[in-house]
Amino acid sequence: MTNLLNILLVVVLMLNLFALGTSRIISVVRAVSIQGSLLGLFPLLLHEHLSWAVILTIIPAIFLKGAVIPWMMIRALRDVKIKREVEPLIGLQPTVILGALGTVFALLFADQLPLASQHTGALVVPAAIATVLTGFILLITRFKALTQVMGYLVLENGIFIFGTLLVEAMPLVVEMGVLLDLFVAIFVTCIIVNQINRAFSSLDTRRLVSLKE
Amino acid sequence: MAFVFILFPLLMAALAAALPSNRLRPWLLPVTGVGHFALTVFTLAHPELTTTAAWLVLDPPGRLILLEVSLLYVCCSFYATGYLRNRNERPNRIFCVCLMTFLSVMSLVMWAHHLGLMWVAIEATTLVTAPLIFFNHTQHSIEATWKYMLVGSVGIALALLGTFFLAYAALHTGLEASLTLEDLLKNAPHLSKPWLHAAFVLLLVGYGTKMGLAPMHTWKPDAYGEAPAVVGAILAGGVTSCAFLALLRSYHVCMAAGEGAYVSRLLLFMGLLSMAVASLFMVGQRDFKRMLAYSSIEHMGILVLGLGIGAPALFGTLLHVMTNGLTKGVLFLSAGNIHRAFGSKNTEQVSGAMRRLPLSGTLFLVGFLAITGSPPFGPFVSEFSILNGAFDAGRMVTGGIFLFLLLVVFIGMGATVLKVVQGRPSFEARKTPYRDSFLTGAPIVCLMLLVLLIGLYIPEPMMRLVRDAVLFLEGQP
Repeated sequence: MTNLLNILLVVVLMLNLFALGTSRIISVVRAVSIQGSLLGLFPLLLHEHLSWAVILTIIPAIFLKGAVIPWMMIRALRDVKIKREVEPLIGLQPTVILGALGTVFALLFADQLPLASQHTGALVVPAAIATVLTGFILLITRFKALTQVMGYLVLENGIFIFGTLLVEAMPLVVEMGVLLDLFVAIFVTCIIVNQINRAFSSLDTRRLVSLKE
Repeated sequence: MAFVFILFPLLMAALAAALPSNRLRPWLLPVTGVGHFALTVFTLAHPELTTTAAWLVLDPPGRLILLEVSLLYVCCSFYATGYLRNRNERPNRIFCVCLMTFLSVMSLVMWAHHLGLMWVAIEATTLVTAPLIFFNHTQHSIEATWKYMLVGSVGIALALLGTFFLAYAALHTGLEASLTLEDLLKNAPHLSKPWLHAAFVLLLVGYGTKMGLAPMHTWKPDAYGEAPAVVGAILAGGVTSCAFLALLRSYHVCMAAGEGAYVSRLLLFMGLLSMAVASLFMVGQRDFKRMLAYSSIEHMGILVLGLGIGAPALFGTLLHVMTNGLTKGVLFLSAGNIHRAFGSKNTEQVSGAMRRLPLSGTLFLVGFLAITGSPPFGPFVSEFSILNGAFDAGRMVTGGIFLFLLLVVFIGMGATVLKVVQGRPSFEARKTPYRDSFLTGAPIVCLMLLVLLIGLYIPEPMMRLVRDAVLFLEGQP
């Protein structure tokens, strides 16, 4: 099981780098949705015996991250008629290198962490840290409001990876609550993104600077 | 009982969504507020009702903050009715629905005894308040909402990671991973220390963002400045108290784990930093609503500082949650009236509020005196108690800096407030039709009287609530 899990985690890490390296926003949306659906499958691999509770968390998670959120994002993209992230804070190639360095750092750092014995072989903790870092890189270096939302989703995915170690601590109600919050957050953000586009004729968050001291 | 608290405002929200009349809909707000307040008083009088399930327990700190939020909300709900009557040109369906749902999720925060559930509720407070900040649909309000959502969501995501770390701290030492407060407190001495430390830092950053502690406070002046005053009041007195309760839970677990020294260093640093940053930006502040936001940052700093000082200051800190929340209500609501009467929130255009709006202007001035800790108002008692605690704990330097920063804030805030209330109103300001009315005046007077009452004499039931909360946090049920 650990082998299969690690292969999936490597795919997740590659998707991180892909999301950092593309300028087409729709590709970022697809990468993040594939990542989200893969993560949705994790509980299947981590549990020896499948319970209804596990299946009940898997289906909405995959449905939300693999279908609903990308659909909302693609619709929002179509409404605002933009395709690419032009002129990010640092170029695309340097961001990929930064992301790769972040991943290496995460692998080295996770070795230093005091992990429970059952978790030392798997890549779960380094993948979680690397994905959280990727989310932050996207949030900081991109200026289009929609790409920043994708950054937030990647960050959330990273936290979700760590959460798979702790399924017992998160009862079904709470899992559902987290998913509901995520859905509403993306829904509200899409509305605001649309309003930003209407009011500023652009999705560039660098224009949102009139409120300051 | 927990379900009644959560479902009643939700039901009212559904009713508000279904009601077609823009004029009648706001009246559901006071109904919700009064109903919730009655429920709160009833539950506080019957302690046997405070346990619904292992995850839903209204413990003493939760009771105290629930009372604070409910008191503030009931006053704000009447004010909101008056406010929306003046803004009848705008559809208020989303506004009313969100404001009621907001009360429901805040109640869930108070009741949640599972840190995961608590996180869900606090994230939900961010989501339902975003449309409230957006109410005016101006470019500025869009910008403020975007910053609020982005900074708030990222911050709160870190708090989720911190919550997971806390569960992992139990898993690491072979305990069962559980996030109910009872289990965490019971297992606290055995939790893995490195994970606990990391968890606390993340929780402090995450919930600190929601409270508006410096340096994660950047969203706060924008959001409070652009939101309608009544939303500002509930954000400054309600959401921040919810986030503080979440931080209080983390603090409680760390104290039970014997990590007091580590936690207290971090809290003292964050507290003093927030106070210092707030006082710097308050000096020479021209926008009086942004000034109130910085005042909120300052008071969140005071709360965290009080926690950092530890046991001797706990009483003052918990009382300060109550006094700060109610006084913020007075300030925001009266500032909202002044803003409407003058059509500006900049001191270059606004002066002579005492002449233009005798009631709101006076309340704004008195609210300023109260919030900066002048006797005989509530914040004086709580701030004095925190200061006393600092000296009792032998933290002379901390106490000294605390006093100095309070002085800077008094001078900085005083300059702005006096510019607003004194002088003669401009010719244009005298022509606007806005006047003080019963609905937008009486709730502020009620809040002000409460603040005064706490300053003169803390009613016995409230005293007991605060004492119980202190005992609970010190580990004696």
